[in-house]
Amino acid sequence: MSEGMSTTMVWLTIAMAGLLTFLLRWSFIAMIDSLEMPPAVRRALRFVPAAVLSAIIWPAVIVQDGAIDLWIDNLHLIAALIAAVVAWRTRSIFYTIAVGMLALWGLTALVNIA
Amino acid sequence: MSGQTRLRDDFLAGARAVAPVLIGVLPFALIAGVVAVRLGLSPLAASGLSVLVFAGASQLAAIQLIHDGAPLLIILVTVFFINARFTMYSASIAPHFRGARARTKAMIGYLLTDQAYVLGLYGFSDRPELARRIAFYLGVALPLWLCWQVATVVGAVAGSRLPESWGLEFGIPLTFMAMIVPSITDKGTVAAALVGGALAVAGHALPWNLGLILGALAGIATGMLVSTLAGDEVQS
Repeated sequence: MSEGMSTTMVWLTIAMAGLLTFLLRWSFIAMIDSLEMPPAVRRALRFVPAAVLSAIIWPAVIVQDGAIDLWIDNLHLIAALIAAVVAWRTRSIFYTIAVGMLALWGLTALVNIA
Repeated sequence: MSGQTRLRDDFLAGARAVAPVLIGVLPFALIAGVVAVRLGLSPLAASGLSVLVFAGASQLAAIQLIHDGAPLLIILVTVFFINARFTMYSASIAPHFRGARARTKAMIGYLLTDQAYVLGLYGFSDRPELARRIAFYLGVALPLWLCWQVATVVGAVAGSRLPESWGLEFGIPLTFMAMIVPSITDKGTVAAALVGGALAVAGHALPWNLGLILGALAGIATGMLVSTLAGDEVQS
C-alpha cells in the first residue's frame, strides 16, 4: 500500500473525490429547471468549448518536460500543427488523430536517424 | 418510424460520433490504470477511482497525492480545481436537458466528460425533443464510460506500462483539437481559443490547474468582448 495512508483512508479519499467531482458535473444540470439563465451568461457559455479545450490542448502541445518550447525541436508542436490543418480541412476526429500520431512517430524517427 | 426506433437511432448516432474518439481515450485510460498500480494502489482501488471519479487528469493527480501521503483536504482541493471546468460544461449543456427526470439528470451529470460534452452539444441542434437528445447523449457517453472502465482494469491488472516512446497520450490533445474546430466559427470563438490557450500555457506552472481555469475564464471573457465589438451573429 501507499506510504502513510491506510486502505480505509485511501478508499475514503477516493469516495470523497468521486462525490466532489459528481457535484461539479451535476450542479447546473440539477438546477436548470428552477434556474433562468441570464442572457449574459447564455452568451458567455457559447465560448466554453473553444476557451476550455484550447486551455487543455495548448499546454499539452507547447509545454514539454515542464518548460515552454516554441522551437522546431518540439516535435509535438509540429505534429499538432499538421493535425490542426487536417482537423480544419476534414473535420474528422479519426483522421486528425491518425495523421497527428503518424506525424509524431515519423518526426521522432527522422530525428533519431539524423 | 416508431418513437422507440427513433430513439435507438439517436443512441446509435451518438455511438457512431464517439467511436473515433474512443481510440484517443483508450491509451489515457490504460495509463490511468497502470500508474495507479505502479504508485501503490491495489487494482481494486484503481478501478474504484475510475468508477467513482471518472475523470482522467484528476485521477492521475489523486494517485500521485495518495502515494505522497498528502492530507485529504489538499487532495480534494486539487481535484476540485482540475475538475472545476465541469461546472462550465454543466451550465452549457443544462438548458438542453430542461424537464428531464431527476434520476436522468443525475446520470447525465455523472457521465459528463470533456468528450461527452462537446460531442453531445453537436448532436442537440437537430434534435428538438428532449428524449432524442438524451438518447443521443447516452449513445456518446456510455461507450466512453465503458471504454474507460475496461481499459483502467486492463491497465491495472497488466501493470506493465505501454512503451513511453509511443507517446500515446498525445491522442488526447489531438482528439480535443478535432472536436473544437467545428465550434470555432467567428471572430469571437477564435479570440476565445487564442486567449484561452495562450494564458493556459503562460500559467502552466501554477498549482491546482489554475492555468487552465484562468485561461478558460479569460478566453470566455475575450470571446464575449470581441464578438460584441465585431458584431458576430449570435446563434444560441
